[in-house]
Amino acid sequence: MNANPPINDAILQVEHLSMKFGGLVAIGDLSFRAKRGEITALIGPNGAGKTTVFNCITGFYKPSEGMITLNRSDGSSFLLERLPNHEIPARAKVARTFQNIRLFSGMTLLENLLVAQHNKLMKASGYTVLGLFGFSSYRKVSAESVDLAKHWLEKANLVDRADDPAGDLPYGAQRRLEIARAMCTGPELLCLDEPAAGLNPKESLALNELLMDIKNNSGTSILLIEHDMSVVMQISDHVVVLEYGRKISDGDPKTVRTDPRVIAAYLGVDDEEVETVLTEVGDEEVIEQLDTGPDSAHGPGNSASMLAGPVSDTVGHSNGGERVTVEKGAGKADRSGPRAPDERQSTDKSGGRK
Amino acid sequence: MAAIVTPESDTVAAPMQRALREAFYAAVIALGLFVLFIGLKTDQNIKNELILVQRWGLLAAVVIITAVGRFLYVGFGQPAIERAKARKAAAPAAVAEPGFVSRNFNKIGITALVLYPVAIVALVGLQGSLKWVDNFGIQILIYVMLAWGLNIVVGLAGLLDLGYVAFYAVGAYAYALLGTHYGLSFWILLPAAGAMAAMWGVLLGFPVLRLRGDYLAIVTLAFGEIIRLVIINWREVTNGSAGISGIPKVTFFGLMSFNVSDPNYIGKVLHIATSSAYYKIFLYYLILALALFTAFVTIRLRRLPVGRAWEALREDEIACRSLGINTTTTKLTAFATGAMFGGFAGSFFAARQGFVSPESFVFLESAIILAIVVLGGMGSLGGIAVAAVVMIGGTEILRELDFLKAVFGPDFTPELYRMLLFGMAMVIVMLWKPRGFVGSREPTAFLKERRAVSSSFTKEGHG
Repeated sequence: MNANPPINDAILQVEHLSMKFGGLVAIGDLSFRAKRGEITALIGPNGAGKTTVFNCITGFYKPSEGMITLNRSDGSSFLLERLPNHEIPARAKVARTFQNIRLFSGMTLLENLLVAQHNKLMKASGYTVLGLFGFSSYRKVSAESVDLAKHWLEKANLVDRADDPAGDLPYGAQRRLEIARAMCTGPELLCLDEPAAGLNPKESLALNELLMDIKNNSGTSILLIEHDMSVVMQISDHVVVLEYGRKISDGDPKTVRTDPRVIAAYLGVDDEEVETVLTEVGDEEVIEQLDTGPDSAHGPGNSASMLAGPVSDTVGHSNGGERVTVEKGAGKADRSGPRAPDERQSTDKSGGRK
Repeated sequence: MAAIVTPESDTVAAPMQRALREAFYAAVIALGLFVLFIGLKTDQNIKNELILVQRWGLLAAVVIITAVGRFLYVGFGQPAIERAKARKAAAPAAVAEPGFVSRNFNKIGITALVLYPVAIVALVGLQGSLKWVDNFGIQILIYVMLAWGLNIVVGLAGLLDLGYVAFYAVGAYAYALLGTHYGLSFWILLPAAGAMAAMWGVLLGFPVLRLRGDYLAIVTLAFGEIIRLVIINWREVTNGSAGISGIPKVTFFGLMSFNVSDPNYIGKVLHIATSSAYYKIFLYYLILALALFTAFVTIRLRRLPVGRAWEALREDEIACRSLGINTTTTKLTAFATGAMFGGFAGSFFAARQGFVSPESFVFLESAIILAIVVLGGMGSLGGIAVAAVVMIGGTEILRELDFLKAVFGPDFTPELYRMLLFGMAMVIVMLWKPRGFVGSREPTAFLKERRAVSSSFTKEGHG
């Protein structure tokens, strides 16, 4: 895949990231990079540690080990694990949204977007002193910030409701508003935690368009956690798959989709059974791949970390039926060719295939 | 029991029959409850023996009143309420066109406040105006100012501060000590007292930054008590519980003084009769100016990024951090700004009283200020001003209700029922308007039209 790209090609480099909560290893020796101007998706079954990775990147957690480097387009780079929480959006220009929407529900849409421009406005208001006396320089910047807010409200298709409280919006609109608010901080990397969760197909489509628009027109790279495979497969350029806090696959959507480990993770079979399953269903491509041994590029097998080893030792390895059900609907949506797991599913699954 | 019968079946089953049945149940319950409470009373007879006094008549009266009350409520009250509701639902939603008063509430309010001493003097004369200007005007405005100051911390930033009176005390003692020892003017010490209170606000802010909700409330409460106890025990400086007296009066910007003995006494300068009312009227306008300054700064700050950040902090602290807002400095500025206004009010209080003692800065004061903020509606300046007038003015007016003695006998002192009435008023307002007089929130910016945000969306903050 990305065979040693030049350093600045990657906006975000995560190297040997580990996060332990007591004895629980939420992330174990995770390394990946997100390229500038691309949409990188972080996927994995529930509890795989995706949100923990986000919290490490955006400074809500301090990682136990590892290095997270952010390279800004002006050439400066930041070690995110060393920055205080609020400086990550302010200086390293990383913005995020939350899995459970966190809007300022009692403030209007416009106010939400103005709060996002706090640092810029604060500077313009002379840290409140100049603004208190109504200096014209502040008024100019203030008008500009309203224009920027309006721009993003238009992009998010919410401009008609600009003066309504954010808590009054329907769910899908709240998701879009949260993205618009994050974009108002002027980020270079936008981290979206399950932006499509709870959206209906139409809203999901509108979200895809918004994200593609951000990617193409604003120069912001996107890191995305998503369960909705239709979103992931359609818009992402690069997919990183986590399971039990470790990377099991990394590559473009097509490669990842065919990776036997990913399939196993999403269907919830034990690692040893993967081969059996795939042989049973007769996927020749996979069998061929398995014959050559596991892909040495990724997976825990080749890790240098002391944390490497059977992950199931540290994290309970339950075959959560939940994981399968989450992905059943998602997986079928955009399959371009017959793949192993479908054969094991009930017949209604095959309807989604092309 | 029968109370959960649906309204539809009310109209079908004869309502009077149901009312009778309910009245009977109510009477039985009342009888069961009160037979021992009211029917029998323990007393001591002349030989110091415990005897039972039987009061069947009183018991019967209570039971009958209960039954009749229930009968009237179920038979007539409930249907009337239902009809009123139905009428309201059937009527087209009348567009609430704000009346003249509500549209110009602020202008009318400020005009009334400016004209108040003039009107009082015109009505009851210079000497008679003392009580009305001092006890009502100044007293209420001090609380308005304090509540507006606390509103920044509690209403905007959502940080529950139970020790606000500490900053009031810092301001008062700052003026009292520096004024008596160094003879500095009020006009120099007013900003100094504000700055000192703000500094204490920051000092309090640091340790409580990580606390939220109940924990924050407890620590701020303790802070208020610490300041009071230090004042009581640091006798060499503060003169302990005896307090500091002889605090210099405010001068009219050094041009005129309000001490009769001074050569530039206002009466001598303006060639008018000697009266203590001038000072009170001057103080009234001074506290009015200070209070309006507080309101002006608050309104201004709300439209600045720092004010929006306070409100955002109240709504969601984690989201604030994800947007690059430094929550530490934001919280500290809220504490400092609120404390500064408390300090201003404190130095004014010291100048007005001419005497300060720790007794003026007990927890009850903090609680009253907080109650005014909550009753008025957190974040709303107008609502808070109305709440202060109702609460402080209401308790002051109790002193004036001499006719109550005719009703309740000569031993009745209405002031003693102050707290009872205060509590009852709070309960009633909270039932009627759970988010205070003005629960809705004015947005600080708008694209097309300014629409108040309903209180159902705003949050109280978690600390």
